[in-house]
Amino acid sequence: MNFDLTDEQDLLQETVRQYASNVCTPTRRRAIFDGDDGHDTELWRGLLELGLGAIAVPDEFGGAGLELLDLALAAEVLGAEAVPGPFLGHSFAGLAILHAGSDAQKKTWLPKLASGEVLGTVAFAEGDGRWQPEDWTLARGATLTGVKAHVPFGAHAGLFVVGTRGGGFALCERGASGLVVEPLPGIDRTRRIASLALENTACDVMPGGPESASRVRDAALVLLAADAFGGAAKLLELSVEYAKTRQQFGVTIGSFQGLKHQLATMAVEVEPARGLYWYAAYAFDHVPSEAQRSAALAKAHLTQVYMQIARDAVEAHGGIGFTWECDVQIYFKRAMFDRAFLGAPAAHRERAAALAGW
Amino acid sequence: MDLSYSAEYEAFRAEVAKFLAASWPLSGKEAELPGDQKASVFRGRAIEVGYLARSVPKRYGGSEQPADVLKAQIIREEFFRARAPGELGGIGPSMLVPTLLEKGAEWQKDKFIGPTIRGEIVWCQGYSEPGSGSDLASLQTRAELVGGEWVINGQKIWTSGAHVADYMFCLCRTEREAPKHAGISYLLLSMKQPGIEVRPLRQMTGAADFNEVFFSDARTPADWIVGKRGEGWIVSRTTLKHERNMIGDAANTVMMFEGLVALAKRSLRDGRPALDDPGIRQRLVALEGYVRSHQYSGYRQLTKAAKAQEPGRIGLMNKLVSTNLGQEMAKLALDLVGDDGLLEPRERRLGAPRENGQWIGQFMWSLGSAVAGGTANIQRNVIGERGLGLPRDAAAQRS
Repeated sequence: MNFDLTDEQDLLQETVRQYASNVCTPTRRRAIFDGDDGHDTELWRGLLELGLGAIAVPDEFGGAGLELLDLALAAEVLGAEAVPGPFLGHSFAGLAILHAGSDAQKKTWLPKLASGEVLGTVAFAEGDGRWQPEDWTLARGATLTGVKAHVPFGAHAGLFVVGTRGGGFALCERGASGLVVEPLPGIDRTRRIASLALENTACDVMPGGPESASRVRDAALVLLAADAFGGAAKLLELSVEYAKTRQQFGVTIGSFQGLKHQLATMAVEVEPARGLYWYAAYAFDHVPSEAQRSAALAKAHLTQVYMQIARDAVEAHGGIGFTWECDVQIYFKRAMFDRAFLGAPAAHRERAAALAGW
Repeated sequence: MDLSYSAEYEAFRAEVAKFLAASWPLSGKEAELPGDQKASVFRGRAIEVGYLARSVPKRYGGSEQPADVLKAQIIREEFFRARAPGELGGIGPSMLVPTLLEKGAEWQKDKFIGPTIRGEIVWCQGYSEPGSGSDLASLQTRAELVGGEWVINGQKIWTSGAHVADYMFCLCRTEREAPKHAGISYLLLSMKQPGIEVRPLRQMTGAADFNEVFFSDARTPADWIVGKRGEGWIVSRTTLKHERNMIGDAANTVMMFEGLVALAKRSLRDGRPALDDPGIRQRLVALEGYVRSHQYSGYRQLTKAAKAQEPGRIGLMNKLVSTNLGQEMAKLALDLVGDDGLLEPRERRLGAPRENGQWIGQFMWSLGSAVAGGTANIQRNVIGERGLGLPRDAAAQRS
């Protein structure tokens, strides 16, 4: 019975945290956030050199062969530091190929994704909240024709994992005929999104069906939940720091019971919830019967908590919290991304209810 | 991370299960005993084999087992599964006994611990006073040493079980000149004496579980003091720590949630199970997010305890988390029981499952537990100040 991290896992988180705080300084993050392109290739290269593209890729394909929990631990730290970049979409693409790809597809793509030679992403959404494999309608054939929305770093990716009708996948490469990417004015400027239009675009269909798609979804939900936990925990910390620094009426405002209770309430929302994503990640690799439901629960709960904590954090920072220059808004918008991407909390709660047989 | 138990612990689990299969329920003549005697006979056997009263030394009637939180957890799980009587509840075993073990005189341990953990004597706690709730250290009940006895005058309130208790452990002001906290002593006294009057307080639920206690020259021997004169506040902190631990157990929360799901299954809305209602499904799963969080947070605290590590600030949150959940579940339950919510909680109604009445009780009880053992607002102060390191407010600092 051990529900805690290993020393190696602590070290993994510490390494990513060190890199993020040394390299992704608030100034640099701000420049990326305010910039037009939104992708700092040098920063991304550094994360890949730390091995962040390779964590959950098996050894035989050039990865570290670790588990979803390890990948999620990295996602938590990137969430906490609000690191801009394509980590999530790239990880989802790797997971999709790992779980739904043929041996040849794995051999071709996983080493390139692990090293970052190719930037991968996923094209799942079809608009109006249709994110789930069961919702996909894009027909699968020798070529693909259709439109996908909200593709993370679609404007930068070299490889697209496209969700197809009935929970299948096909691979398309950048530059293929009929493939058009249009950047969208995404609210979260640390994770840019684009729409993807395909017209008779050549593709490589993956053999995996709905069961693989379900696994990919579970893994992706866990990573979003981990990102959300990291962000929420950091916002709590930032709000507490602000309350200890800011002075009014001759005392630090954190001594006032009104604010103190708000911060305590935030802490009680955030801290006990860490185990939700830990457990869901653990279940993904070790308790198959609970994997789907615990992933849905973790995503629904943690992204909702993150959104509320982001609102609370703005309030705790007072007027400055409402400004563009305050970094709280960066987290606020990441919370909006985590909440909506792959389906809103209500959708996953309904799934969780159905999965329990309710 | 590995949620399975090692072979050694699985073997221990099998041993506990085997004991339970042979020992509970009682058989033969013993099966005819009244309920509480059955439990008492069983608990005696469970202590003998080392499954209960594990932290209490053998010489005081415990089973004196090496501290092992995983074994303790396995015992709780298996006893729960077998519906066997577990560790004796109540304020005596859970609060006084750990306090005596840590701070009591040898003769006090000899005299009180054994009968308390066997359930032969029952305790109540004399802390709160009409003018001293959250600001407990302002308490005014006085004890003076007169001719080898403490003579006690004053009043306590919210004293659970005072009407059935044999003894009280009590905070009294003994050092009139000393500063607030340093003037308090921790005394033990018999409830069966003429200087004590117990008046029941009827709760909003209709039940009367707690009382006012009036002392008019109540007496207790000079050496019925735990710790030294003026150390009562420090001694009582040992006890409160145990009370918080007692209240923040995720097993109860999980069990209550399962009950809530069952309630949603059997309650009807427009002739269909309420569990089919999309709104109810959303609320249930939203609650489950908090329930599982609390449960996994418990796993992590258990892991840390097994490695002899401090839980960190999460340990300060257990009480607030579980009382919040108790309230939220009760609110959903009230929506589920529908018109049964018009009736008194204790009424048994034709055709209405008995548990519906219990949920109506819980709707009110959950407020009681949010106040008992430190109100939710006091918990938030503790989390803010001790957990997040925020400064104390100026008014509290002055006193």
